[in-house]
Amino acid sequence: MRQINVDTIRQAVKEMVMEANTRLPGDLQAALVSAKEKESSSRGRQILEICLENAALAASEGMALCQDTGLVVIDLEIGQALQLLGGDLEKAVNQGVREGYLAGSLRKSMVSDPLHRVNTGDNTPAVIHIHIVPGENLKITVLPKGAGSENMGQMAMLKPAQGVEGVKEFVFRVVREAGGNPCPPIIVGVGIGGNMEKVALLAKQALMREIGQVHPDARLADLEAELLTAINQMNIGPQGLGGDTTALAVHIETYPTHIACLPVAVCIGCHSTRRLSRIL
Amino acid sequence: MTKILSAPLAREEIEALQTGDEVLVQGTVYAARDAAHQKMTQALANGQGLPVDLQGQIIYYVGPCPAPEGRVIGSAGPTTSGRMDVYTPLLLEQGLKAMIGKGPRNEEVIAAMQAQGAVYLAAVGGAGAYLAQRIIAAQVVAYPELGPEALLKLEFKDFPCIVAIDCRGNNIYAGNREEGASV
Repeated sequence: MRQINVDTIRQAVKEMVMEANTRLPGDLQAALVSAKEKESSSRGRQILEICLENAALAASEGMALCQDTGLVVIDLEIGQALQLLGGDLEKAVNQGVREGYLAGSLRKSMVSDPLHRVNTGDNTPAVIHIHIVPGENLKITVLPKGAGSENMGQMAMLKPAQGVEGVKEFVFRVVREAGGNPCPPIIVGVGIGGNMEKVALLAKQALMREIGQVHPDARLADLEAELLTAINQMNIGPQGLGGDTTALAVHIETYPTHIACLPVAVCIGCHSTRRLSRIL
Repeated sequence: MTKILSAPLAREEIEALQTGDEVLVQGTVYAARDAAHQKMTQALANGQGLPVDLQGQIIYYVGPCPAPEGRVIGSAGPTTSGRMDVYTPLLLEQGLKAMIGKGPRNEEVIAAMQAQGAVYLAAVGGAGAYLAQRIIAAQVVAYPELGPEALLKLEFKDFPCIVAIDCRGNNIYAGNREEGASV
């Protein structure tokens, strides 16, 4: 049986939170470049240019892309033929976050209690999702998610009779209400199906898909394209100041649901949606 | 043409600004976000003064990253202004003349800006590394216990903004369309 010491995971998480916060993912970079070429608003083009310049500076200077270095979401896919040694897995993950945020001059944005609100001083705890999967690998994904975009997420339990039209209306409403707040151009993650907590997770997972990767289900791929076109006609534009580039992508993830349910959730990612995966 | 703004701001300078104008902010700007706003509001409610005189001043809604070695400040882009809406009319009454942030403001804020003659500027959200290059000094002036939310005194050099809401209530965010509406 393959073995991994949790200290290796701590080290990986430390390195990953530092890298994720300073390097814009390549697919987002490419999407911003192509949006800039197509944007008809000169102010919009100017803002997209600043976003790209910001990414270049962050990489060359080792500075955070955005001062909101986020609440860290960590997804662990643990092979069932893998044994973890050396102590408590979640403690090791949080230690990695703590060390990375201190070493990387990243902002500490976590408060210990949502009502009493005292900063924990080290950006822990992370929100950790653990999946047990076949195999003997460990896949770590980090998503330091800023609050400007996270605060714009919504979910709804629709009636099955509302169908795909109800889903579209809901997505449009969430994007419209978000307006310039989530730092457009955005990625729109949509979860459909499952139940209340599952649909929220689906919406967040949808942000992890690389831009340009077409949904394998042709009906959903078509729906994604239709939603993206309509959203980009809202004239919200880069930073909400008008233009054709409100969203870079719409990604949908679905799951079977109950005969009486049609849950839908929208999770919004900003123009610097930071995400990074590594397989140990 | 790009206009230059620096505090203290005079009434005529504010009145000369129109929604959509590009401006470069220079000089002293105070950094404050949610928790510092709450503390200032509480201080006023308790009959205490504010830790800084806001007469003619500019507040930037930001909670920067810690300064890496050899720098005065870390990444420092604007945060969502709407969360400060509830506190803003009171600070405008204290003489605050300009706010820098990102995203729309509510009607109460816009009405208070018109009444007091103030302006709201948008900076590029998410451009924290880029904007940090335009901040040349930073110093904690109050609420150090708030960590990244402490009240700071910053020194700006050529900090680029767009006038998003002018003192007549013209709102740049009002132009967003419903989906499916004819273009």
